[in-house]
Amino acid sequence: MSMATRKRDKIDALVARSADQGGGVSLLGDAARRLARNPVAIVGAVIVVLFILLAIFAPWIAPKDPTTQYLIGEIRQNTPLPARDGFPLGTDQFGRDLLSRLIVGSRQSLIVGVMATLIGLVAGMIIGGVAGAVGGWVDSLLMRFTDILLSVPGLLLAISIAALAKEPSQWSVITAVAIVSVPIFARLLRGSMLAQRGTDHVLAARALGVKESTIVFRHMLPNSVSPVIVQATLTLATAIIDAAALSFLGLGDQDVSRAEWGAMLGEGARVYFDVAPSMTLWPGVAIVLVALGFTLLGESLREALDPKNRR
Amino acid sequence: MALLDVRDLKVVFNRRGAEPFAAVDGVTFSVEPGQTVGLVGESGCGKSVTSLAIMGLLPKRGNTISGQVSFDGTDLLRLSDRQMRDRRGRDIGMIFQDPLSSLNPVIPIGVQVTEVLERHRNMKGSAAKKEAEGLLKSVGIPDPKRRLTEYPHQLSGGMRQRALIAIALACRPRLLIADEPTTALDVTIQAQILALLRRLVEETGTALIMITHDLGVVAGLCDTVNVLYGGRVVENADRHLLFAEPRHPYTHGLLGSVPRLDSNRGEPLRAIRGSVNDNIPWTAGCAFAPRCDHAINMCVEATPALENDGLRLLRCFNPVVPAKQGAKA
Repeated sequence: MSMATRKRDKIDALVARSADQGGGVSLLGDAARRLARNPVAIVGAVIVVLFILLAIFAPWIAPKDPTTQYLIGEIRQNTPLPARDGFPLGTDQFGRDLLSRLIVGSRQSLIVGVMATLIGLVAGMIIGGVAGAVGGWVDSLLMRFTDILLSVPGLLLAISIAALAKEPSQWSVITAVAIVSVPIFARLLRGSMLAQRGTDHVLAARALGVKESTIVFRHMLPNSVSPVIVQATLTLATAIIDAAALSFLGLGDQDVSRAEWGAMLGEGARVYFDVAPSMTLWPGVAIVLVALGFTLLGESLREALDPKNRR
Repeated sequence: MALLDVRDLKVVFNRRGAEPFAAVDGVTFSVEPGQTVGLVGESGCGKSVTSLAIMGLLPKRGNTISGQVSFDGTDLLRLSDRQMRDRRGRDIGMIFQDPLSSLNPVIPIGVQVTEVLERHRNMKGSAAKKEAEGLLKSVGIPDPKRRLTEYPHQLSGGMRQRALIAIALACRPRLLIADEPTTALDVTIQAQILALLRRLVEETGTALIMITHDLGVVAGLCDTVNVLYGGRVVENADRHLLFAEPRHPYTHGLLGSVPRLDSNRGEPLRAIRGSVNDNIPWTAGCAFAPRCDHAINMCVEATPALENDGLRLLRCFNPVVPAKQGAKA
């Protein structure tokens, strides 16, 4: 028996057991099962999980201290060096270990990406939820507001908002990236709430005299969130890229003791690209890989949650 | 006194850049307590709009509703949203056509049953659960305890419709409106659901409005039948009389277009020619005239009224003469 079929049998047995216990198989449970069978989802999930573990345990995983300048031997100030003994990816212009800085830098990307997405998600869901549930002029007003935000290209908007901050910091980056994602979440939730309004089960609930608030929170909202969940996963990827872009432009965290992929990429590309391309290459690879992981996961989540793919 | 008395109900949809359209154009009928009344007609004749208007479920904007819907002496059309909401589900229940889409896919059946118990009967927690279990049992769902924890997609089509009936009857309403409750089910299940409905309305004394295009359903269930065409009642009669001697050409055509097992092989199926789109407005004559084999000049010159001939109500200038008494007119 191949491993795949054995695994499948195991899952089926689990499902059968939960059914025997009288527990229903929820839509989410069903989606999770389909997700586990999709190789693309697994690749995405592996990248994401590795990234998160790396970020959490960074100080213990990093082979060297990311802030110490190792000015020994041929390592000197302002001369980044390629890979050598003890420094597998080389050193940066201050003689710091590039690998350790990359590993520790994952923290900033994770914090900024997750915080920005969460804030954007909550704000967007409130705006979209109210618009979809109340309708009328409230809906029009809120949606014109999101239209304004949507009319400016995302990164440009993020740059303008970040530039408004008196002093660029981690929080100004988070705020800027969060605001960019708000209209997307708002539009999505509002759209699917409106679609729910016309469904038979909402009409049936109305025919039973169910209260409007119950209809919104029990019958419309739970049926509307799956596209928003998918979008949140995809937004994590763009949030990490946008945050890196802001740091690249010098609008990011000004605390030099914290390593940040975008800032590392910026310094490497602007000043030392001819001497030490590794300083540009590796942060770039890290950003792309993480964004890819979240995108793969998000796309397969979209597929798994699509009711058309139910079996 | 009638339990439900619908008088001259009119629902006009206002269309942007077009003439307003009267989907229901002066429908009048009544339902006695415990009686089963059929509303019959083809798609677009105003059956469903009538039922939604009675329930107060039509969208607030874009239409004008006039007339009277007296339920137990109260005009439902004049109640506030809040008062109407308190009555829906408690005094009047409703079952829809498609059982799968009428259930919320993401919450278990049990919650959907207890929800209405909490709302109208103030039951909570385990008492509500116990009642829900009893309700599922009463509509013939085996192992109700387990079914309560399951989601709609785990139930079969017939089981889902049973669950919906249980929900609709949870507060023992005095009137149940069933809008094509068997259309989405296969034939064997249809018979079961109809038998269940008949048993339940007999046991509980609930009055039933059966909205259908299926004359078999009418024959098996209804006491009296209203045939709707173009938003108006064209014939109203006792079930036996209607089936034995349909007088309105539309009723006659409907009955004639039911395929029969004992007809000769190769004999073409009989249909009413044209479609609802060929209607003329009632103000310009009889709406059915363009499709009617019996149409005479008068049919496009004057509007027939709904007249009582002692046995039935009929809206026709040149009705079908029953075969027994001679040749077709």
